[in-house]
Amino acid sequence: MIAILDYGMGNLRSVEKAFQKVGAQTLVTSSPEKVLIAEGLVLPGVGAFKDCMKNLREYGLIDALYQFIQSGRPFLGICLGLQLLFSESTEFGLYKGLDIIKGKVVRFPQNSTIKVPHMGWNTVNIRERVPLLQDIEDESYFYFVHSYYVVPEDESIVASTTHYGIEFVSSICHNNIFACQFHPEKSQELGLKILRRFKEFCQKNAS
Amino acid sequence: MLAKRIIPCLDVKDGRVVKGINFVGLRDAGDPVENSKIYEEQGADELTFLDITASSERRKIILDVVERTASEVFMPLTVGGGVRTLSDIRDFLNAGADKVSINTAAVVDVNLVKKATEKFGTQCIVVAIDGKRVKRTGGAEDHSSFWEVYIYGGRTPTGIDVLQWAKKMETLGAGEILLTSMDRDGTKDGYDIKLTKTVCELINIPVVASGGAGNLNHFYDVFTQTNADAALAASIFHYKEYSIKETKHYLKKRGINVRI
Repeated sequence: MIAILDYGMGNLRSVEKAFQKVGAQTLVTSSPEKVLIAEGLVLPGVGAFKDCMKNLREYGLIDALYQFIQSGRPFLGICLGLQLLFSESTEFGLYKGLDIIKGKVVRFPQNSTIKVPHMGWNTVNIRERVPLLQDIEDESYFYFVHSYYVVPEDESIVASTTHYGIEFVSSICHNNIFACQFHPEKSQELGLKILRRFKEFCQKNAS
Repeated sequence: MLAKRIIPCLDVKDGRVVKGINFVGLRDAGDPVENSKIYEEQGADELTFLDITASSERRKIILDVVERTASEVFMPLTVGGGVRTLSDIRDFLNAGADKVSINTAAVVDVNLVKKATEKFGTQCIVVAIDGKRVKRTGGAEDHSSFWEVYIYGGRTPTGIDVLQWAKKMETLGAGEILLTSMDRDGTKDGYDIKLTKTVCELINIPVVASGGAGNLNHFYDVFTQTNADAALAASIFHYKEYSIKETKHYLKKRGINVRI
């Protein structure tokens, strides 16, 4: 069973439906106990960084997240679920993140050449052929919607980059963690391929 | 590179797709979920539902349509029509919409857009603007004109200038502007290039051009002559005059960056 973490930040239905489409058993949950027994954990999220951190704290989910990731079981972060893993974000002030990945979250430069938010289908340039990107051809299109992006200290965890005014990190892979800025659940067939890989990864890991 | 988006719009009434000419004279065009699946197969980049149901059951019907669609297609879905309150927005998002478009209520309740973007995030709040070129009423000597914001499905003029309104909505946190030219809507004469270009130059958030698409060249024009991020169309896709696939191949051949 794959747990999809519900911490009061927006629409989890599309993530759930997309996993169901690829035949995964899912549970949308706010319970730390349920998280700890899951085969895989998905951290989705839309909204503001500080609100997400605040909610994770108020729901008592921070320890469960650390414990789950330490256990080595597959973890998938999507959009804000990628950004929350980082040390800090500059969104609406300076806010501490989970600090599982060293680095920061910063806003796209405000100038006339690009519009913010970065919204729409953009290409993903694969840097490292990590397991979840196995079926994905280089320069495939995925759906993005965000105003901030991650800057990891350790370049070696970068799985893909994407160009939007600048070249930014669009996914990372570090041990059992895969996290992406784009939305696989909104990226039609290619997105479903990533989710299917994640499901298989969870099953293999559990058996 | 970020691709230009092609967005089919489904006007939904009583749970069925309809499309009228100049906001009147509706024709039945099928089931929204089935239409959505066909558009996904053809490579649509997003879907937009505009609910024009007037009955007291409207909320229930459209939420059901959104929910069924979100279970079948995996691409961004925008829903609008009759959105008045934060709880309307929450209901749509919970049913599976990714973005909610606000039109009349943005004018009637000036705080709604700001409250909504603070609560749900900039990325899911679209402000839909219906604009029409009108003469200023500054007296008999005044021959100048401007684009005026209309609300209530294009029935009610507001006196508000589209350009000022778009700028204000950006300031309040809107993540995207859906800009419909009422002068062009349903005419098949092409997008209103001047209106779209002017709005795009003024604001720094994505703009979806809408109203007037009648042939493939119109998509090319709006992407080359304005800085629009997306082009929305309804009837030319519904009545199968052109498929989305055909549209995108045409654009790609002419050098526009679209997702194939």
